[in-house]
Amino acid sequence: MSHAPAAIVGIGQTHHKKKRWDVSLGGLVREAARRALDDAQMDWGDIDAVVIGKAPDLFEGVMKPELYLTDALGAHGKPMFRVHTAGSVGGTTGIVASHLVETGRHRRVLAVGYQKQSEGNAQFALGSGKGASLGAGGAFAPFIRSYIQRSGAPLDVGPMVAVKDRQNALKNPYAHLRLEDISIESVKASPMMWDPLRFLESCPSSDGACAMVFTDQAGGEAAAADGRQPAWVLGSAMRSEPFGFPGRDPVLPQGARDCADDVYAQAGITRPREQIDCAELYVPFSWYEPMWLEAHHLAGPGEGWQLVESGATALDGSFPVNMSGGVLSSNPIGASGLLRFAEAALQVRGMAGEHQVDGAKVAVAQAYGASAQYFSMWVVGASLDPFG
Amino acid sequence: MALDHAPGSHVPGQHPDDIAIIGWAQTPMVRHTDKTETQLLLEVVTDALDDAGLTRADVGFTCAGSCDYVAGQAFSFVQNTDAIGAWPPKRDSHVEMDGAWALYEAYVRLLMGDEVDVALAMGSGRSSTADPALIYPMEMDPFYLAPLGADALSLAALQAQAVLAAGAVTERQLAEIAARCRRDAQSNPYAQVSGEFDVDELLAEDAVRAPLRRHDLPPITDGAAAVVIARAEKAKAVCENPVWITGIAHCAELHYPGMRDLTRSLSARKAAEAAGVADGPVDVAELQAAFTHEEPLLVEALGLAPTVTVNPSGGPLAANPIMATGLVRIAEAAAAIRDRGASRTVGHSTSGPCLQQNLVCVLEGGRA
Repeated sequence: MSHAPAAIVGIGQTHHKKKRWDVSLGGLVREAARRALDDAQMDWGDIDAVVIGKAPDLFEGVMKPELYLTDALGAHGKPMFRVHTAGSVGGTTGIVASHLVETGRHRRVLAVGYQKQSEGNAQFALGSGKGASLGAGGAFAPFIRSYIQRSGAPLDVGPMVAVKDRQNALKNPYAHLRLEDISIESVKASPMMWDPLRFLESCPSSDGACAMVFTDQAGGEAAAADGRQPAWVLGSAMRSEPFGFPGRDPVLPQGARDCADDVYAQAGITRPREQIDCAELYVPFSWYEPMWLEAHHLAGPGEGWQLVESGATALDGSFPVNMSGGVLSSNPIGASGLLRFAEAALQVRGMAGEHQVDGAKVAVAQAYGASAQYFSMWVVGASLDPFG
Repeated sequence: MALDHAPGSHVPGQHPDDIAIIGWAQTPMVRHTDKTETQLLLEVVTDALDDAGLTRADVGFTCAGSCDYVAGQAFSFVQNTDAIGAWPPKRDSHVEMDGAWALYEAYVRLLMGDEVDVALAMGSGRSSTADPALIYPMEMDPFYLAPLGADALSLAALQAQAVLAAGAVTERQLAEIAARCRRDAQSNPYAQVSGEFDVDELLAEDAVRAPLRRHDLPPITDGAAAVVIARAEKAKAVCENPVWITGIAHCAELHYPGMRDLTRSLSARKAAEAAGVADGPVDVAELQAAFTHEEPLLVEALGLAPTVTVNPSGGPLAANPIMATGLVRIAEAAAAIRDRGASRTVGHSTSGPCLQQNLVCVLEGGRA
């Protein structure tokens, strides 16, 4: 490795809601970016480059919105870069921004992810306006049914995840859904959407944005010396694989496994369950928690659901997952990946508030997209050498 | 902006982090093809890797540039993973920008200096499937500009009027640019529009959108391009004549045309400075000047001398495969060095209304 370290010194997000009609697209991204700059004790002029990520432009009806958002994000006279890798885009946005610092291209980079789903109809846009869309739940339900058949998981595991994440969201002031009374029973009584996924096991459609400020090693150390704990990027990885051919396993995709192997190797992790303190995974439908635990080697084959059932993935469990409430509680699609990456960074900075995992020093985050084909992951730490 | 190059610091190819273009390909540029974007990319990926003497298995990172609105489909790039042969799964990314920015991400990825030493950048677009005049207003600010329905042509006309009013260029000179590009395009086997045109006859035509006449506009084009890049050690091992990227940078400026001096391009100038265009003489510049008036404007912004040969391929006036047009410029700038003996060339790409965003790539051959 010849690249230099990158540190996250600023994190901001909007309050996520069904409709943020109080702000324009520009106002939405600016709200998150301003919070990230305040956290980093920087101003617009301190930023050298902006990386923006979001999912399809058809969702809001603004093509190549980085052009219009150049003004709102203070990118006049600066490089403005636009990433789009489906649902994983938020994660990829963070990775592209970190690479700009790690390679010495820029010292201070602002990464922003957003989606304002209330501006359009995502289901309609997914079908390109042809009304042909299964929707994400329809696409993933067959994979989930296969997982249940293979693993023999009891059917309560999905509802357990749905309840846990919504309870975590009650501790996160930015979360969209606040389902105070949710229970296994109420999840199981909610309408069936795509067998076996019920309404309360599915993510909402949200308006929201997330922003992060990256800086070089000197910037990270200066923040630390000032009493502002940075999060250090210990490793990052991306993988894509094709949608369909007989060699692909869409239930536990090879891309998901390779991506985890890559990021753990970079971070010096050989025993992920023991060395990582908590995980923020992209779980838009409840069953993806046990599935990703297995695909990312955080649980053995067929053991992901047992981890969930044992309570280990609860906020006070031995391996907390989705402390923020996850995608199940807030889903501004283009921001959702960056929100996962941001939550991992908040945890190792000790700044996660009521959803803080005590003593978290190393955290992993993941985002995925398309038909479980695009993966982005990173591992962040409270220090550059957490296992030393 | 950070310094994105090391002026005159070393012979290109001597440093492990030096990165070279080692292969490229483009499709024939046509008014319409029935092939999908995936099929177009399948061809150029295969051909570009053949050109580099490599296979898909050698590629450690891929990045594509395309646009859902041009394709008319959400997540349109997802099926293009079939073209890159993403099995076993690949390190891969996508930008909703011209393929030139995909090349930028690929370049930065190679600078990471890990086991990834070959990367592939792609750009693809089929503009024939819809009316660009309906699509392009949607890339404007949705509150004040998009409702006006101002398409790329109208905004270009606004800028052309400003350039003409400033006295920097005449309508005859613009017609001469069009005639020169299409004459030069006769020797470009991929070009869509080429031939000999009489400037007086061109000037006798009515304006399409004043002051722009038909010859001032690019054609509507379907096409794709791919470029293979490698780190120094790999490039020298597999390629006899790598074309070194000695500087690459991009820059944006304010979106609202009314907030800018349309006779200049601040973002093109800053990108050129950051890429180090002025660090040596330039033989050839391939500019994404899709409208005639953009050529003199960009020549001035990039600080190019009158001796620089501009768009010998014919440029976007000869073929304009949106989302690949900029990457084609960089491939043509590389070809000018490897295949036609130039020493130092510039490739340029742009995006947005009135050249809002610009990317500049400086290329050099090996020095003896």
